[in-house]
Amino acid sequence: MTSAVAVLDPPGAGRRRRGNTSLRVGAATLWLSVIVLLPLAAIVWQSATGGWHAFWLAVTSNAALESFRVTLTISIGVTLINAVFGVIVAWVLTRDDFPGKRLVDSVIDLPFALPTIVASLVMLALYGPNSPVGLHLQHTKWGVGIALLFVTLPFVVRSVQPVLLELDREVEEAAASLGADNWLIFTRVVLPALLPSLLSGAGLAFSRAIGEFGSVVLIGGAVPGETEVSSQWIRTLIENDDRVGAAAISIVLLVVSFVVLFILRAVGARAARREELAP
Amino acid sequence: MILSPAVRLLLRWVAIVYVAILVLIPVAVILWRTFSPGVGAFIASVGTPAAISALQLSLLVVAIVVPLNVLFGVPTALVLARNRFRGKSALQAIIDLPFAVSPVVVGVALILLWGSAGLFGFVENDFGLKIIFSFPGIVLASVFVTVPFVIREVEPVLHELGTDQEEASATLGAQWWQTFWRITLPSIRWGLTYGIVLTVARTLGEFGAVIMVSSNLPGQSQTLTLLVADRYNRGAEYGSYAIATLLMSVAVLVLVVQVVLDARRAKAAQ
Amino acid sequence: MKLTKPGARGRALAALAVTTSLVAACGGGGSSDVAGEGGGPKADTTLTMVAYAVPEPGWSKIIPAFAATPEGKGVAVTTSYGASGDQSRAVVDGKPADIVNFSVEPDITRLVKAKKVSEDWNAGATKGIPFGSVVSLVVRKGNPKNIRDWDDLLQPGLEVVTPSPLSSGSAKWNLLAPYAAKSDGGKNAQAGLDFVNKLVTEHVKTRPGSGREATDVFLQGTGDVLISYENEAINVERQGKPVEHINPPQTFKIENPVAVVTSSQHQEQANALKNFLYTPDGQKLWAEAGFRPVDPAVAADFAKDFPAPQKLWTIADLGGWGAVDPALFDKENGSITKIYKQATG
Repeated sequence: MTSAVAVLDPPGAGRRRRGNTSLRVGAATLWLSVIVLLPLAAIVWQSATGGWHAFWLAVTSNAALESFRVTLTISIGVTLINAVFGVIVAWVLTRDDFPGKRLVDSVIDLPFALPTIVASLVMLALYGPNSPVGLHLQHTKWGVGIALLFVTLPFVVRSVQPVLLELDREVEEAAASLGADNWLIFTRVVLPALLPSLLSGAGLAFSRAIGEFGSVVLIGGAVPGETEVSSQWIRTLIENDDRVGAAAISIVLLVVSFVVLFILRAVGARAARREELAP
Repeated sequence: MILSPAVRLLLRWVAIVYVAILVLIPVAVILWRTFSPGVGAFIASVGTPAAISALQLSLLVVAIVVPLNVLFGVPTALVLARNRFRGKSALQAIIDLPFAVSPVVVGVALILLWGSAGLFGFVENDFGLKIIFSFPGIVLASVFVTVPFVIREVEPVLHELGTDQEEASATLGAQWWQTFWRITLPSIRWGLTYGIVLTVARTLGEFGAVIMVSSNLPGQSQTLTLLVADRYNRGAEYGSYAIATLLMSVAVLVLVVQVVLDARRAKAAQ
Repeated sequence: MKLTKPGARGRALAALAVTTSLVAACGGGGSSDVAGEGGGPKADTTLTMVAYAVPEPGWSKIIPAFAATPEGKGVAVTTSYGASGDQSRAVVDGKPADIVNFSVEPDITRLVKAKKVSEDWNAGATKGIPFGSVVSLVVRKGNPKNIRDWDDLLQPGLEVVTPSPLSSGSAKWNLLAPYAAKSDGGKNAQAGLDFVNKLVTEHVKTRPGSGREATDVFLQGTGDVLISYENEAINVERQGKPVEHINPPQTFKIENPVAVVTSSQHQEQANALKNFLYTPDGQKLWAEAGFRPVDPAVAADFAKDFPAPQKLWTIADLGGWGAVDPALFDKENGSITKIYKQATG
């Protein structure tokens, strides 16, 4: 069919189509540059005008280091927890059946769709000063942790679910017939197949957790060294008119985010290739 | 893997309890706190002049952000799905960038770009066009965080569909815009609709970036999310629950639409 | 309605557009956030007031009283409260404002330098200051730690809550009070700084951004003592919170300035509002809200609410803000700022 079309093409159509392409690519690039690239470039510009020394001072200040420590430890913890529970929930949603499963499945996406400030209020309602279960987690790192668990819940579940769905049960059945127990099957057959999507979901969850602001701002209380996350420190810096400092910490957050996403994607890709090559 | 009934039950309950503790119970507590004083109190709280202004502002922002994202996002998706060109993977990476950027960093970036002391400070200082602490700032922040949605929902649909119908239309003499309107647009309607729904939800829910670029004046430059935070900080807790419930209903609507669209997509695929 | 039928989608979009524009068009918007107060008579003029964090109890009485006067008829006021320094910087950066009320004079001086407030804002007899307060110590009900004076704050293990001087005006007053007391009005600066150093390094653990945030942190259970304005202490006690306040024998006189922004479109109304603050009626309202009035007659009437401390240091004793702010609170080189930044990062 394509060759028939080529014969019937009016003259100059090929050149026109190529011209259209570069016009559209140009328009797309311009749009993305103005909206996404330029603002991020302004951060780099601000940091550059401040110079390397100012950057280093801002990034190694006591408050900055404490905020990095708090942010990274809580985010890593939350990512690990949601990685484990994410696989369990995805497993139950694909391999099990019970009344109300559809409800649980649709509810998983609520943290995606909910405004972050509403998430903070939701967490505060249950775990704040008027807690009906007597759990007062406001101003503690557990409060921040549970808020981050809430907003990153969907990432691993939704990454792993489709892969679990498509998983070829024959390999598991073959392994079972060869005498492997469930744990062996899970670690040697299922988990490697899930690894790429699991890592991808975990990377997205981590990236979201380190940058999260709205959902921790009410329940965390920004206690330095305990619950003040880097996004809150950045906001304090910009309100105090320390633009160079705010730019510096922002760059650190961006770099960490990109590096983690890149590493996890690379490891995931390698794992996927190993899966494909496995006999 | 055949799990023993005990293990299967255990996993089921672990999953259910986890989701319940994390999502269902907190949401139920908010709903209870909002509606236990009665629906009248809820209506009064979301009907204050400041709340109505916030609703109007949020809807106005949505009314600008959605068309912008459709106008620029659909051609971008077209060019990504249909064409090969140098720098394509770079463009893909840029589109995914907003997912990896903290909302506070978005606010900082916009302030450092458009603020009076920023890289493009001349826009405000010489042309008098205020971006930060004014409406355009809120719009730019909302567009930044919603750029990927329409593109990422439409592109795979275009990819799957292929160009057969469009090429046939072209050979029958249709102009490019006729082909676009009659063939391309209807074929991407589910992806486009879902992208728009996600964009609306995210715009209404944006907080971190907007609180930095808005002057946060009640009745003038407060969006719904800013109002929630303002009411809580002022100690008007019930008021913040009321607006939060309003926003939560939008989120639930998004989930419902998602379920409906998924069902339609599954039916269409059969 | 099946969205696949031709025209159905168009109709759905049209319905959405109509709803959106209806909501947008229907008035009822405004700055008041009190339930049930939907849409009174629309104001002819709306002033925007940008203020520091704690004066809301006063302004919420002043604004309706002003609207009842002939000069204030038809004037509504949109209010924004926040940390004094942050608000001041925001106005310089373009935040809309017709009238400003900050915690400390340097935050107005910043606007003068940015040509947003005229240089003679404090030229009159009132020096631009319609009300003030004193630095006070807020403790838990019953004063379990027996706090009476500044030295009691250095008890081992005692946690003190005070905001960050980088963003808050309250913080500056809070640290000037012990500084002035210990340095005997600036004569022995080093003694003053040593005390502030010990206080901040060993006893301050949190970094709230404003006076109001500091109060919130304290009320939520953090810390043993909150250093704050007397008016904020009175306000919190009137809300029934389990706290009480003590004015130390030597404390500092807080003076909160008000100025009109020169770029305001409503100069006449903004000036009228400012002038109302100095009238006996206005002064009485400030006193009733817990602020120390500047009108001597009104002050005499309310003398029992505002006990005079043994020694009340003022900013003039230390040489005025022009000298004090750069020396102690400069962002990079101020002595107290340096102590604070070192202690809390």
